[in-house]
Amino acid sequence: MNDEAELGLRDRLAQLSGVKLLRGTRLSTELQRLERQLARLREDTSDEEIWRRVDLARHEKRPYTLDYVERLLDDWFELHGDRGRMDDRAIVAGLGRLDGRTVAVIGHQTGRDLKERAIRNFGMANPEGYRKAIRTMQLADRHGFPVITFVNTPGAHPGIAAEQHGQGGAIARSQAAMLRLGVPTVAAVIGEGGSGGAIAIAVADRVLMQENAIYSVISPEGCASILWKDAAQAKKAASAFKPDAAHCLELGVIDGIVPEPEGGAHANPDAAAVLLRESIVAHLEDLEASSPDELRRARRAKFRSMGVLAHV
Amino acid sequence: MSTTPGHIDVSIEHKRADPAKSGGDGGRGHPNTCPTCDSHYRDDELAETLRVCGQCGHHFPVRAPERIAQLADPGSFDEEDADLRSADPLDFFDLKPYRERLVEAEMKTDLGDAILTGRASIDDHPCRIAAMDFSFMGGSMGSVVGERFARACERSAEDGGVVVSVSASGGARMQEGILALMQLPKTVAAVGDLQDGGGTLLSVLAHPTTGGVTASFASLGDVILAEPGALISFAGPRVVAQTTREKLPDDFGRAESNYKFGHVDAVVPRSELRATLARLLRLFGASQ
Repeated sequence: MNDEAELGLRDRLAQLSGVKLLRGTRLSTELQRLERQLARLREDTSDEEIWRRVDLARHEKRPYTLDYVERLLDDWFELHGDRGRMDDRAIVAGLGRLDGRTVAVIGHQTGRDLKERAIRNFGMANPEGYRKAIRTMQLADRHGFPVITFVNTPGAHPGIAAEQHGQGGAIARSQAAMLRLGVPTVAAVIGEGGSGGAIAIAVADRVLMQENAIYSVISPEGCASILWKDAAQAKKAASAFKPDAAHCLELGVIDGIVPEPEGGAHANPDAAAVLLRESIVAHLEDLEASSPDELRRARRAKFRSMGVLAHV
Repeated sequence: MSTTPGHIDVSIEHKRADPAKSGGDGGRGHPNTCPTCDSHYRDDELAETLRVCGQCGHHFPVRAPERIAQLADPGSFDEEDADLRSADPLDFFDLKPYRERLVEAEMKTDLGDAILTGRASIDDHPCRIAAMDFSFMGGSMGSVVGERFARACERSAEDGGVVVSVSASGGARMQEGILALMQLPKTVAAVGDLQDGGGTLLSVLAHPTTGGVTASFASLGDVILAEPGALISFAGPRVVAQTTREKLPDDFGRAESNYKFGHVDAVVPRSELRATLARLLRLFGASQ
């Protein structure tokens, strides 16, 4: 692997990407050629690297939402329930103080031991969890509190009751609610950003990913079992759809990568929390200069422009 | 998994996957044979009954062009954004390259992607129609589906108009990776702009509407209609059965179950769909 060659390509690509308008613009053949070259370089070298990040993202000691809440926030007060049916423990929501301002926090929560994992349903939310998220967002909007979300879920819970109670609609409405907010919003993918269950609370002004987090449309195992007909091909699937932070940044899906301490966030949760805090606060300060209308418009425009198109 | 290569691109599997939908799925029943009662029809017979079984009322899948012909006034449909294609941002390769799958799908279906959008009128009420086609890679939603739908909403938002969407989709298109997931907030944002601008989304859910499409625009209609028997769910029956290890109710995820639980406003037989949409267009004030 020639590092210099890759750096050179990345540089060219970044320059070209700057003028690339995703919406309705023809991809230049030059850009396509460079992207393909870069993809080749990556294929040769980084499949193992991608899978190492999948493993780290799912590490059983990796800090969860509440681990960061206790390290980042003062005066934490947790909110419970969707005001309709129940309190979904797979999503936590609450208020706290971050650097002198009140913020609302929403995040997926997984348990440390088997018992808590069962209570938290392994971080897989039901519709009630997304409805708790929606009411928390709306509360924050009324009071002008910025919204911070921590994303870490294998996906929304696939269950009979979940479907009967409107899982798809709840995820859709959570996104719609988030796109309507007039307060600054920052989402941080802190582990596994799995599909619809993740995007439901990740439609933010700034979307950050920790260095060893992953973000994907389907789990590597799910993708492998459908496309390769063999869940054991998960590694192959992961290197094909590239859920790592560097690729997400390159595709314009996230706005920044938050570094982790040596060995991964679980190796030193305090240091990981400091790094996360710095990044979140910097983005919040940047966003706080904008009016509610500007925030809303820019957020919608950002997500509206996502995708890559060609023309015939 | 018992799907064929032409059928594997959906992220959600179906308990009662219709062989008719997969086209060329030899050995699993003729596309004109009713999977419920085994009645067999000629093409012209099915076309005449709007592809509904005359014996048992089973709703056969409808391709996007035929759907538009069933709903729109004759000659009123004017396609938009026909030139958009996927650019394969990931250089995706599973058992074969995504680019090859796209070319095959286009040749098989004569469509540029899994949705057809454009201006039309229904009973003289102007609107835009966005009709999905399950036979194009399982109706999966990637950048082009998201973009065509979003543009239909934007154009309609300008004049406070109505978008009629007819969804039939297995979910997000895996071959576009995380960008496929981003089509969820993209279409949700587009519906938000449409509705904030006084426009209307009438969402028709056809079999199957699952995964990312259920978790985005299809669930955000001002009014949501469903076709009888259509599977409408976020997770497919197979995934739910595997995860919960429980026996699923017979009507799991079906239109009628969704109606019972309050997720759709009405289950409308195909023979009444055009008239129902016309009535809604009148109610929402889209007159010329």
